[in-house]
Amino acid sequence: MKPRIKLPDTIRTGDLIEIKALIQHVMETGNRKNADGTPIPRNIINSFSATFEGRPVFSADLGSGIAANPYIAFYMRVPGPGDLELTWIEDGGQTTTEKARVEISTSTGQ
Amino acid sequence: MIKRLTMHSVTRRSLLAGAGFTAAGALIPDVSFAEGPSERSAAFEAAMKAIVGDTVPDTALITLELPEQAENGNIVPYTVSVDSPMSEQDYVTALHLLSTANPNAKVATFRFTPLSGLAKVTGRMRLAKTQDVVCVAELSSGRKVMGVTRVEVALGGCLN
Repeated sequence: MKPRIKLPDTIRTGDLIEIKALIQHVMETGNRKNADGTPIPRNIINSFSATFEGRPVFSADLGSGIAANPYIAFYMRVPGPGDLELTWIEDGGQTTTEKARVEISTSTGQ
Repeated sequence: MIKRLTMHSVTRRSLLAGAGFTAAGALIPDVSFAEGPSERSAAFEAAMKAIVGDTVPDTALITLELPEQAENGNIVPYTVSVDSPMSEQDYVTALHLLSTANPNAKVATFRFTPLSGLAKVTGRMRLAKTQDVVCVAELSSGRKVMGVTRVEVALGGCLN
């Protein structure tokens, strides 16, 4: 699993920012069968969470009704500079964690 | 967003009318929770009851942005937002996204904090066939509110 995180180019303290997160995953529903009739076991990302400097920002319990390659966009009111940590957990417990640094712009922006 | 009326939906509407649904019910795409001509799965009813018990939440505060017509049920974009100050005293704790006709009714539960700043989430869901999509929000006050929108699905998402 290889995640991508997208933050706005310019961030200031107090801004409401949209955080876009995308990860490659089949999100196999468990309801499908192979050509020979054997069921394909469910394999989905069932949990997603985001923390900022250790404080919870947003989380999601995901079901098989979420499309493949889950894309989730959510918001945060920026308290200041810090590390955003995003975690995806698959059925079976495999965990993927990706960090993104929130830097505060000091320039007037261009 | 594609607004074109497909042959599929024309046929389906004709069938619905023939099956005894009222003309108004069959022709208005945005039917409300109370008056929809919609069939709702037992799985949905059970999931809904687990969240709200025997009460029916007010239809309020929630904005669902989904296409009226989805060409491909495997990838249906959604954006859901809840009107809330998102302060320490008054914020949205959870938002449930439910399908009324998929094999699994519970699509996702999103949880927010005051740090979220805005109770809004965007993603992509699967829809097995034409159906209502229902959202229920839980507020920090304990109040629950809901929103409903109907999506006509041309090509159903495969057994999700």
